[in-house]
Amino acid sequence: MTQSAEHVLDHFELFRGPEYQQMLANKKKMFENPRDPAEVERIREWAKTPEYREKNFAREALTVNPAKACQPLGAVFVAVGFEKTLPFVHGSQGCVAYYRSHLSRHFKEPSSCVSSSMTEDAAVFGGLNNMIDGLANAYNMYKPKMIAVSTTCMAEVIGDDLNAFIKTSKEKGSVPAEYDVPFAHTPAFVGSHVTGYDNAMKGILDHFWDGKAGTAPKLERVPNEKINFIGGFDGYTVGNIREVKHIFEEMGIEYTILGDNSNVFDTPTDGEFRMYEGGTTLEDAANAVHAKATISMQHYCTEKTLPFIANHGQEVVSFHHPVGVSGTDAFVMALSRISGKEIPESLAVERGRLVDAIADSSAHIHGKKFAIYGDPDLCLGLASFLLELGAEPTHVLATNGNKEWAERVQAVFDASPFGKNCHVYPGKDLWHMRSLLFTEPVDFLIGNTYGKYLERDTGTPLIRIGFPIFDRHHKHRYPVWGYQGGLNVLVTILDKIFDEIDRNTNVPAKSDYSFDIIR
Amino acid sequence: MSVIEKQSVAEIKARNKELIAEVLKVYPEKTAKRRAKHLNVHESGKSDCGVKSNIKSIPGVMTIRGCAYAGSKGVVWGPIKDMIHISHGPVGCGQYSWAARRNYYIGTTGIDTFVTMQFTSDFQEKDIVFGGDKKLAKIMDEIQELFPLNNGITVQSECPIGLIGDDIEAVSKSKSKEYDGKTIVPVRCEGFRGVSQSLGHHIANDAIRDWVFDKLPADAAPRFEPSDYDVAIIGDYNIGGDAWSSRILLEEMGLRVIAQWSGDGSLAELEATPKAKLNVLHCYRSMNYISRHMEEKFGIPWCEYNFFGPSKIAESLRKIASYFDDKIKEGAERVIAKYQPLMDAVIAKYRPRLEGKTVMLFVGGLRPRHVIGAYEDLGMEVVGTGYEFAHNDDYQRTAQHYVKDGTLIYDDVTGYEFEKFVEKVQPDLVGSGIKEKYVFQKMGVPFRQMHSWDYSGPYHGYDGFAIFARDMDMAINSPVWKMTKAPWKQAPKPLLQAAE
Repeated sequence: MTQSAEHVLDHFELFRGPEYQQMLANKKKMFENPRDPAEVERIREWAKTPEYREKNFAREALTVNPAKACQPLGAVFVAVGFEKTLPFVHGSQGCVAYYRSHLSRHFKEPSSCVSSSMTEDAAVFGGLNNMIDGLANAYNMYKPKMIAVSTTCMAEVIGDDLNAFIKTSKEKGSVPAEYDVPFAHTPAFVGSHVTGYDNAMKGILDHFWDGKAGTAPKLERVPNEKINFIGGFDGYTVGNIREVKHIFEEMGIEYTILGDNSNVFDTPTDGEFRMYEGGTTLEDAANAVHAKATISMQHYCTEKTLPFIANHGQEVVSFHHPVGVSGTDAFVMALSRISGKEIPESLAVERGRLVDAIADSSAHIHGKKFAIYGDPDLCLGLASFLLELGAEPTHVLATNGNKEWAERVQAVFDASPFGKNCHVYPGKDLWHMRSLLFTEPVDFLIGNTYGKYLERDTGTPLIRIGFPIFDRHHKHRYPVWGYQGGLNVLVTILDKIFDEIDRNTNVPAKSDYSFDIIR
Repeated sequence: MSVIEKQSVAEIKARNKELIAEVLKVYPEKTAKRRAKHLNVHESGKSDCGVKSNIKSIPGVMTIRGCAYAGSKGVVWGPIKDMIHISHGPVGCGQYSWAARRNYYIGTTGIDTFVTMQFTSDFQEKDIVFGGDKKLAKIMDEIQELFPLNNGITVQSECPIGLIGDDIEAVSKSKSKEYDGKTIVPVRCEGFRGVSQSLGHHIANDAIRDWVFDKLPADAAPRFEPSDYDVAIIGDYNIGGDAWSSRILLEEMGLRVIAQWSGDGSLAELEATPKAKLNVLHCYRSMNYISRHMEEKFGIPWCEYNFFGPSKIAESLRKIASYFDDKIKEGAERVIAKYQPLMDAVIAKYRPRLEGKTVMLFVGGLRPRHVIGAYEDLGMEVVGTGYEFAHNDDYQRTAQHYVKDGTLIYDDVTGYEFEKFVEKVQPDLVGSGIKEKYVFQKMGVPFRQMHSWDYSGPYHGYDGFAIFARDMDMAINSPVWKMTKAPWKQAPKPLLQAAE
């Protein structure tokens, strides 16, 4: 017996004891009808070959380990970025349990959201009654200032009409007639969570700007000097939005963050649970129509939202999740051009510090090969940063990236001598990435928590940048945008590089040279 | 905290009744009427907890429940390690449940073992419009080519499948034929079916009956020589290794465990189970169906047990042994005696730190009742409990064997109710899930996730109880809870005045 009260062993150590090892070996041999170990080994090796890669890339129907989620997750993410807003997802209730768990596991924060709990009868008769009851209950219980509705695939397949349902619910008195209930259809079988972000953001702006579903006059745009900012679906929203505010403030620009969920995903532990915290005020959301321009930090999160805004007469500018010096330069220069304000010396100094850090460290990154996967904009931002560090983003993969995205990535490769041997993989998944890492190995992999399986199988060290990050804590509190964010990304990459050098040089009397104290 | 220990049972009952009346005030009238049936104060001597259960959640109230897909793919089928489970439909369901349940296993992932992988048909609009059967057939071909050592395939239906009229049974049958009788199991666990995860468990159990048991050739030779002491562990999902720390005890008492359902389980183990002499059932809720079926069809008795905490473990070992001869009965006594010193040491270490502390639970499956004994072994008291997806037979078991007079009972609790209950009752610990964890921690209430063991475990068996005790201690007695109020915001303590 290995367990003891003095030194309690949990799953890390307990099962390594001889009793358990013997038990598990016996279970396998006697009862699992195991495959011949030689055969397992043969297939394991075969799965590393170019031949397997070819078959793997010939897949047409099966998806294995995708790096994307579904639309309503993005819609919920947007909704909580508005003042006292409760996300309401119309459809099956299990979906909402999943979105809440997913967001809580990443942010280590509560995630409040309700469902209209549709079941078999709603599948037959439609979910109108669920909407009527659901809005009334949510409104009374959680006292939101706004309820933002989106849909699960169930409601989409049976064709529930949100506009009509919300109108009927108001007529039935579920919520007051003038109460704000913006909505967006977010079918899970179209696009991904970034599409859901786009649809929900557009839905909310459409609601406030274009007459609240025919119940109020459309807003007349009276241009002012403000700039709107949209972050897109972003696992670093807490750190990033604060960093972006800092940049706006340094520049002295009046701004509105649309969908500011940086506080609701970062509430204090002080004895009080805040279901709602911070967020774009509804007044600011409405007045955002008057802004001079809107900047989207993630193009693929605002493919419908930006044209909608442009149609209202604003200038719109989008970026691809800028990371690093040139990306941030382009961002602050765009702010300067639009606002007519000069970039202050304070930001030039921040920039200089990032360049300083790169100069100090680039020798360790230069020429290293990386594989990157993640959302389309994140991939573009990280690839650009690696290129400016003199590294090679050898494989760039986005499950929710399309051909047009691939062309943009290729253009980034083409603009740098370091991009010569790099390739882009739109619409592929992490099982494709596995073949890439075996057949064309790289030095490091950048991706979310699920990359740890690739790290284990292929031996490629994983640098955790992306969403979700479940198995490391608090990364979302640190920005990856702005010059400060670039520094954080640089340090994250460097830490892994140095750890790997140490790990590979630490066997006494064998590989202990290069185990250096100073680097 | 622990304000209630000073109160009499009558006072507690009155307070709890008042609390229920108070939370119901927030609801519109119709909803209040419906929710009232799910909330109660337990009266000892009653045969159940006096609440309605297993009925539809009310729209918009923030239920904690999941869906049938979660019950089938997430709970019952997902842990079967040598089969590939296709999340059939759009990408999300499989993505959110990917490797989230900590069903431990041993195997070469991606080669002969597939638990922590996400296989999905990633439905697109054209699949909804034209149907997904052809795609499903092709997926099975691609699985056969790329994962040749898989021992079977299941199709875990997501919502759209049943709505667009796909015939996954026909695809499964024809592909099974094409691949020499390969086990391919269509599961109709669309998320809109039923009212919670629970129907998904039932559907998954039935799928094993219809597509595994009923496909077995009657004359198939057993893969091992049967013995008189063969048992199967049913309803243990090996979360953090629970089934392993249970299995070791059964084996030590002289039984032979021929199958684990379904944590660290394999198709061969499912197929061998009809040869068991006794099915021992931990999670009654999710696997009573298949246990009853095996009793009716194969004459295998089944026995519920509880491996949380030494009192219930000893009781359970003796109960299981009662189905066997003296050798096993002696074995049970030997095991109990062997672990007694460890249990004494664990209790000596942790009970003084936990004595009198109060707990409120809200979990799924068996835990809202099964863990009560383990808390009591540590001198703690469960003052409120409720189930996500129980049926009345769960509440009967709870009332007859577990809860104390005056316990607050809440079925399918809403976010609002749970928050208010905890605010008023002020327990020393809340045990619930990830969606609840941060709500209560923000409130300054110590919390343990009782689905995932908060990434710890195992909690089953004697080895597990040591970990359980350690974890409850570290949750409650963590120094962090003394810091939630800024010193300058705390109510001033009365000044000590020198006696004149």
